Amino acid sequence: MPHSYPALSAEQKKELSDIALRIVAPGKGILAADESVGSMAKRLSQIGVENTEENRRLYRQVLFSADDRVKKCIGGVIFFHETLYQKDDNGVPFVRTIQDKGIVVGIKVDKGVVPLAGTDGETTTQGLDGLSERCAQYKKDGADFAKWRCVLKISERTPSALAILENANVLARYASICQQNGIVPIVEPEILPDGDHDLKRCQYVTEKVLAAVYKALSDHHVYLEGTLLKPNMVTPGHACPIKYTPEEIAMATVTALRRTVPPAVPGVTFLSGGQSEEEASLNLNAINRCPLPRPWALTFSYGRALQASALNAWRGQRDNAGAATEEFIKRAEVNGLAAQGQYEGSGEDGGAAAQSLYIANHAY
Amino acid sequence: MAHRFPALTAEQKKELSEIAQRIVANGKGILAADESVGTMGNRLQRIKVENTEENRRQFREILFSVDSSINQSIGGVILFHETLYQKDSQGKLFRNILKEKGIVVGIKLDQGGAPLAGTNKETSIQGLDGLSERCAQYKKDGVDFGKWRAVLRIADQCPSSLAIQENANALARYASICQQNGLVPIVEPEVIPDGDHDLEHCQYVTEKVLAAVYKALSDHHVYLEGTLLKPNMVTAGHACTKKYTPEQVAMATVTALHRTVPAAVPGICFLSGGMSEEDATLNLNAINLCPLPKPWKLSFSYGRALQASALDAWGGKAANKKATQEAFMKRALANCQAAKGQYVHTGSSSAASTQSLFTACYTY
Repeated sequence: MPHSYPALSAEQKKELSDIALRIVAPGKGILAADESVGSMAKRLSQIGVENTEENRRLYRQVLFSADDRVKKCIGGVIFFHETLYQKDDNGVPFVRTIQDKGIVVGIKVDKGVVPLAGTDGETTTQGLDGLSERCAQYKKDGADFAKWRCVLKISERTPSALAILENANVLARYASICQQNGIVPIVEPEILPDGDHDLKRCQYVTEKVLAAVYKALSDHHVYLEGTLLKPNMVTPGHACPIKYTPEEIAMATVTALRRTVPPAVPGVTFLSGGQSEEEASLNLNAINRCPLPRPWALTFSYGRALQASALNAWRGQRDNAGAATEEFIKRAEVNGLAAQGQYEGSGEDGGAAAQSLYIANHAY
Repeated sequence: MAHRFPALTAEQKKELSEIAQRIVANGKGILAADESVGTMGNRLQRIKVENTEENRRQFREILFSVDSSINQSIGGVILFHETLYQKDSQGKLFRNILKEKGIVVGIKLDQGGAPLAGTNKETSIQGLDGLSERCAQYKKDGVDFGKWRAVLRIADQCPSSLAIQENANALARYASICQQNGLVPIVEPEVIPDGDHDLEHCQYVTEKVLAAVYKALSDHHVYLEGTLLKPNMVTAGHACTKKYTPEQVAMATVTALHRTVPAAVPGICFLSGGMSEEDATLNLNAINLCPLPKPWKLSFSYGRALQASALDAWGGKAANKKATQEAFMKRALANCQAAKGQYVHTGSSSAASTQSLFTACYTY
């Protein structure tokens, strides 16, 4: 302990910090378009579309062909490996289209969950092998940030001490390796909303998990100013009979973060975790209106909550592409406002926007 | 881990949180007047005054009987056990005099260091035995906050993992017990300035120590909103040949804090650790002007740096009471301004105010 062996030079730190700040610049958040092939299967089957590489390409094209309106509300897009090397109908790589809009390109680098023996169905996440080489290549190919998702769940005996420790540790290893390769790591310790626990219980667990994450990041000498956090909002379990307002969710969420996330972290980009599009926006808005002091940007990194309406409008038909893109731009703009506490609410009921996007035990 | 058993009720939390905020409101800081008998001996010896209970009482009486306007700059006073039960010449208890001025009364709770075998002369701190009962009694006797000083040093193989771990754990146990008894714990993990290490090394060590402290506080279910932190500023070792400006000290200090101290902590009250009165004020001012995010109050908890000139002026003579009080008041006001980033160095300082107050391997 007594000697420090600097992990990063001053230039490396500056580069990482600049990237992170660009992603979470005021009013901007992240489009999580990194659904794996398996996850895309579920999405596409919901709209009756076959899960082929071409359909996945066409669908991402719908999102990425959004016009300049997204420049002010999207700071980063997370890609899946396959998508990073795909092109639009004119042969322009998706990466270039996104970069040309001044949006930072990110890449999912984890390789999914694996069981932790001796636990009650808990997991850790794999993907560390050869990660440095993969990151170096992704950096050359245009990626400036990465994402790694760990999963914890609340039940009678979980999350266990082992699950918390192991997932925190693997997140810290991933983060350290990313930074060595000029890539900003988004650290995602998701606590699933499955279960009937109440808001307080989720808050308690979230605080314990995040405390462990930040201790691990410190132990692994990770440069916090060059990271982002992608946590769950603090919410009740999906089967909890008590209903809470966005303000209650906001207060519980911001309190948990204030107790665990050092101010050096430039931004917190929430996952939507099965909330409907409208819920995810209203909650983010309430979070940004919460009266407690909040030293980090509080914004979105939404997958389903940015894409549900677009997916529904598209339904696999080229003719619907324009309308589908509009749906996406609309949600992006709404969330850009919510990230500044300026969203007044849609006033609409029903439709894809309000439909719960909850899927039991979600794995991307 | 799965179940939480709330350590504190909502009312208890509210009480603790309000006490903590009162102490650091509006640029106020703390007078650390909790020198043990042995330490007072060192102080009095420098001004050639005999270390008797009466002399200790007289000096404290002079400080505590200053004009009530002191409550604009001093939010709390830490007392030593003996002093808590002493009275002024009219028979009025010191603690009541302070409370009537609206100043919160605190008590030193630790009972000094004990060696950690197998380390390079490192220590842990004693005082946990019967601590709950002692806290309960102090609370009845008018005390609202406690202080516990852990000591870490930078040297060959120091601070070791064991020293960091053990001291962080003891601090967390102490904090937990305090809160159970309605006392706000001031958490003091001092990295002493002995040595020739540079500023960067102190920053590195301070970050590791504080990360461990906040993990321990989380593990022990301590309510952060009802605590205060009393850390060292990040400075070079006293024998370091390189000199640094207050701005460099400030940047290193605030960087370390914002990487480790959650925003939920209401206030950080620096120890002066042997800095001259003027340096302690200039550094605090620079800290408050530092452009990094600072979601906590950044104030002072000074012993020597508030009392050196006063002690000098007193010289053990009752006739010097007015001069003593003026000297004390002047430093208190200066530090209050520094805590708001508004201190203007006047240029004239007494010999005592610029004299280094460094004593090797300081123990109270």
